[in-house]
Amino acid sequence: MKKVLAAPYLVWMVVFILVPLIMVAYFAVTTADGAFTFDNLAAVSQYANIFIRSIWLAAISTVICLVIAYPLVVILARINVSYQSTVLMIVMLPMWMNFLLRTYAWMTLLGNNGLINMFFGLFGLGPFRLLNTQGAVVLGMVYNYLPFMILPLYNVIVKINKSVIDAAHDLGCSNFQTFIKVLLPLSIPGVMSGITMVFVPAISTFIISRMLGGGSNLLIGDLIEMQFLGNSYNPNLGAAISLVLMVIILFIMVILNQFDDDEDRVLM
Amino acid sequence: MKKNLSKLYLALVMLFLYAPIFVLIVFSFNTTKSRSVLSGFTFDWYIKLFHNELILSSLWNTIIVAVIASIGATILGAVAAVGINGMKRLPKTIVMQGTNIPIMNPEIVTGVSLMLLFVFFMVRMNLEMGFVTLIIAHITFDVPYVILNVMPRFRQMDPNLYEAAQDLGCNGASAFFKVVLPEIMPGIISGFLMSFTFSLDDFVVSYFTSGTTQTLPITIYSMTRRKVSPEINALSTIIFLVVVAVLVINNIIERRNLRKRGVIK
Repeated sequence: MKKVLAAPYLVWMVVFILVPLIMVAYFAVTTADGAFTFDNLAAVSQYANIFIRSIWLAAISTVICLVIAYPLVVILARINVSYQSTVLMIVMLPMWMNFLLRTYAWMTLLGNNGLINMFFGLFGLGPFRLLNTQGAVVLGMVYNYLPFMILPLYNVIVKINKSVIDAAHDLGCSNFQTFIKVLLPLSIPGVMSGITMVFVPAISTFIISRMLGGGSNLLIGDLIEMQFLGNSYNPNLGAAISLVLMVIILFIMVILNQFDDDEDRVLM
Repeated sequence: MKKNLSKLYLALVMLFLYAPIFVLIVFSFNTTKSRSVLSGFTFDWYIKLFHNELILSSLWNTIIVAVIASIGATILGAVAAVGINGMKRLPKTIVMQGTNIPIMNPEIVTGVSLMLLFVFFMVRMNLEMGFVTLIIAHITFDVPYVILNVMPRFRQMDPNLYEAAQDLGCNGASAFFKVVLPEIMPGIISGFLMSFTFSLDDFVVSYFTSGTTQTLPITIYSMTRRKVSPEINALSTIIFLVVVAVLVINNIIERRNLRKRGVIK
């Protein structure tokens, strides 16, 4: 009826989403003078270890988020409907605080004279080096992105008809069998969007690694940031790294989509 | 037994989620800069916080940017949703896929790609990144959420309503404002609120597109670089209390609505 109304938005999208992405691709294959080159993309291979570390840490964090969130959501979905939304709100509340502050909180807790080491000190243990480790980075990712796993899972699991579970029990399934054969397959769309929503920000973060990982646990995000705003200013290399990051994410999403034939993705 | 296990698990997750925040809150009242030893009670950090020009000005910047960007995104997105809804199946699918790009793309890529665009034009026009680029960037990542909130409203709406209004004597515009707009209003409002909170909270995209303009998250970031600063604890406490207040009020309103509709007692 009024297709023209979409025009301003389409123009906006082209100028501020499409053109910038094309510029990333353009910068990735040119030198600072604008000459065509594959050097930037070739140079990305020097940072293979950082890419592998980012993928690895993001994958571990995603799995931990899933393992923590799944039982939590099953418990939440069983709670009496009249205060289910309240409990969900309490679980989600920390997400509403700025993630820099949440990460800073862990910085103070994990420090050498932080509360956790003081607690160990009471038993004559430590101080342990907790901050500036890969474990701290994973902890930061799990803490920050757990809500992104909980929400899509909850949206799917709360809609699963309870009588389906009861029927499985009546037909002789054990709890474990019910989980594997009924609950898990029905919740796959939620699991898949949860995985995407945790993995994508986790693999591209640069704050968490910088605040909790010290200087020695650089991730892809740090590498990109350094090329644009840091000391090693080189937007062409930065664009090449961004391009590779996008391709990796796209590739992983395509693989994930193979497990999920449901067309309706659950967003937020 | 199983019930207790569930409760224990719930409690453990809550502990994990809230312990760090409560530690921040407790230490915001501590007299010394220590992060593990409580030495006395003071409001000093709060007083210092309210005399910190940088924090106050960046708070002001954050609010201005969030208000302008979310209003802009809401108008752009709501109008676009009406247009997209009128499209045929294929172009609709293409546009909706495109709308998903900024949502699925890593924030840092959105940030640096916009930075490349802005720098390219700014250098040629002798301008610098600042308020304008910040607002453009925020509108760009806000609009998709407005559209995704409004589109389902069209699907729920009876398509005959618009025509019925016209049959009953409305012209196109008044049929839209009297019938269609009220139907999609809840989607527009939730799209606006989502945009506003995302803008308030955004760090990554702002970091790359703000130039020298500081928003609150950017200021917080530079404060965390200086390691020990209990003012951050005070700031966290205030933000936490604001968030709790907003969510509690929201929850009360929601429950009242549900009760009215008889969903819960």
